[in-house]
Amino acid sequence: MLELIIAVILSSIPIMLAATGELVVERSGVLNLGVEGMMLMGAVIASITVITTGSLFLAVIFGALSGLLTSIVFGFFALVLATNQVATGLALTIFGTGLSGLIGAEYVGKAIQRLEAFNIPILSNIPYLGPVLFSHNILVYFSFIIVFIVGWFLLKTKSGLVLRAVGNNHDSAHALGYSVVFIRFCSVMFGGLMAGLGGAFLPLVLTPHWAEGMTAGKGWIALALVVFASWRPLRIPIGALLFSGITVMQLVGQARGWAMPSQFLSMLPYLATIAVLVIISRNKEFSIINAPASLGKLFIAGK
Amino acid sequence: MPHTEVLLSGENITKIFGDFKANDNVNFSISKGEIHALLGENGAGKSTFVKIIYGLLKPDSGNVIWKNEIIEINGPKHARELGIGMVFQHFSLFEALTVLENISLALPEKNQSDDLEKRIEEISNEYGLQIDPKSRVFNLSVGEQQRVEIIRCLLQNPELLIMDEPTSVLTPQEISKLFEVLEKLSKSGCSILFITHKLEEVRSLTSRATILRRGKNVSTVATKDHTAKSFSQMMVGHEINTNKYKKIKIENENLLKINNLSRPAQNQFSVELKDINFSVRGGEILGIAGIAGNGQSELMEALTGEYLSIEADKIVFNGFDISNLKPNERRKHGISFIPEERIGHATVSSFNLSENFYLTDYINDNSSNYGIINTSFNYENASNIVNEYDVRVPHNNPLASSLSGGNLQKFIVGREISRKPKLLVASQPTWGVDVGAALEIRSQIIKIAEQGAIVIIISQDLDEIFLLSDLISVIYNGKLSKQFDKEKVNLEKIGLLMGGSS
Repeated sequence: MLELIIAVILSSIPIMLAATGELVVERSGVLNLGVEGMMLMGAVIASITVITTGSLFLAVIFGALSGLLTSIVFGFFALVLATNQVATGLALTIFGTGLSGLIGAEYVGKAIQRLEAFNIPILSNIPYLGPVLFSHNILVYFSFIIVFIVGWFLLKTKSGLVLRAVGNNHDSAHALGYSVVFIRFCSVMFGGLMAGLGGAFLPLVLTPHWAEGMTAGKGWIALALVVFASWRPLRIPIGALLFSGITVMQLVGQARGWAMPSQFLSMLPYLATIAVLVIISRNKEFSIINAPASLGKLFIAGK
Repeated sequence: MPHTEVLLSGENITKIFGDFKANDNVNFSISKGEIHALLGENGAGKSTFVKIIYGLLKPDSGNVIWKNEIIEINGPKHARELGIGMVFQHFSLFEALTVLENISLALPEKNQSDDLEKRIEEISNEYGLQIDPKSRVFNLSVGEQQRVEIIRCLLQNPELLIMDEPTSVLTPQEISKLFEVLEKLSKSGCSILFITHKLEEVRSLTSRATILRRGKNVSTVATKDHTAKSFSQMMVGHEINTNKYKKIKIENENLLKINNLSRPAQNQFSVELKDINFSVRGGEILGIAGIAGNGQSELMEALTGEYLSIEADKIVFNGFDISNLKPNERRKHGISFIPEERIGHATVSSFNLSENFYLTDYINDNSSNYGIINTSFNYENASNIVNEYDVRVPHNNPLASSLSGGNLQKFIVGREISRKPKLLVASQPTWGVDVGAALEIRSQIIKIAEQGAIVIIISQDLDEIFLLSDLISVIYNGKLSKQFDKEKVNLEKIGLLMGGSS
């Protein structure tokens, strides 16, 4: 049982990181559907780095940076050249899938050294609670902390207010003199960084080798998670744990030969997301306050 | 007038978009404490000019002079630092945020302080602009939203306040309150540049007016020497024949009766229609006034058949119960519609005019044979409309998107009227249309009423309501007031009803 809980927590991290990043991107009014592609780039670069240099530290850094670099491609097209965000994001996913497969071809299946868990002294010795909460690798702690930092940044700081304002009404923000494209570009890059990090987590922690397309739809789950959390940062961890719980149940079910088809379980996150969408769209006040009104809309200055 | 010291002036400002000169050597100056009107038709270059002053656009040539110094305004932030504030026509507020957050977004970092809330209160008390800093903007009425915009400007102690058509969305009572605030501001030394196309306002509020036409200066005049009529002549460039508005009253057997029409709110964004009752006879024009979002679109949908009533006998036209008829079936009964949105509702922008003609005429047997579109028939009819209703087109049978707003509206009105309807329902028929086109459209509407049709005009423009209607009703929060005879009701009464008091 304990192992199951730990497995749920660990497999929630990639989607939690990627969704936290995407939440910031969407709050600024940009829809980047390229999360899957950015995660794959993070995963492949982290794998190659650790295989060639043996440094886990560099693997984490380069993994995150490769996500960021990929997001710059998106930002350049979707924000600077104002191309359609949906099409550009989809293209980014296809691009990331292809490119990661190409550069990772030689490294497929090679064993990777795992990121070690770090036992917090004393606390990790508490029975049950210790192994569940205080005996993880550093990225797990970081993921939960970053969610709170993002929540604080968005709701309590002036910069967060500006970011939300840009996502609410880019024309007004422009008229007040804020640089819509700059603010959005920063958000997109943060989103890329987080997606890259989430991708790096896969080979470094969950399955210690690189495999083509190893994200297996986690980028899409992360996108669904943002909506499921109804753009509120503190709901991201809850949703991430729930979604990863479903994933883990799927594996358990397959291993134990449950009668329930695994396909049914894998569609649950999307069903839950649709249910949330229906619920929040019934509540006008809630959706006005939380859903970024200019999400996905093109912004062209001076128009 | 003691306005001697010039605060800001523009010298030979020119701004070119592509091959279109939006501003062509515009000259303008405003003195300290002066309220100055900027007049012109749509597309005359007013907005371009103030955007240049506010730093949103850069002039291609010419100088902006602020306190006797030539300056280059780099952006809105720079403009605000200089002391120029602007209240936009379409408010630049953030719906999802609170009043306080909206205001703090517009203030420079150094002006941010914990007592911002207190300063908002001070300003709102001083000028009578009551507002709760903690409420979210989407919960505020349009008038309240404008107050937020004004307070936001005032907190920066502006020396020049630009207001882009601030009265177009207000009730007469809100307008006179706004004017009190503006006069108070002007007395305290703040200059106000006031853009409007309501000419009576110009005379009651401003001391001088600058008139633009097609991007060029017409003249700058003292407003007390002029009348609304002479202003409109300067704006349009030729004499306006308002005799076209004189309507002959006739009696006719056509009759529309609405009986206890109710409609539940479809979702949280829509308004519930409550027990609407009215009847109109042929030859009469009923004007339905009201501030946006009080049930006009819901009523329009019920009249066009886009919303179908479940119960029978709610809408009875010439003895037929049309409550359950879809738009095209209603068209067969001789009913025409002019919806509010020109593009996307009345026309398809990427279709040419003959295709757009066909879209509301395909119930007609001549428009198509066995499902094959009769291209030449539609082409001829569309060209006839273009000629008859003076639609200015760049070439034969252009796309709807290549027409200016006014010309496209003339085409739509022509298309609907050429069908010789017995009932015409029009929503905001002259919204965003220039003076000349508005005159054409209104005189066409009057003409078909004189020929015996029933006309219903839903409009937020009170001047238009009073100009056209024989009967006036006000819609407020989904309820329709009783009908007033135009001759027996005044602007104040209608304004009060629009604001919800009775």
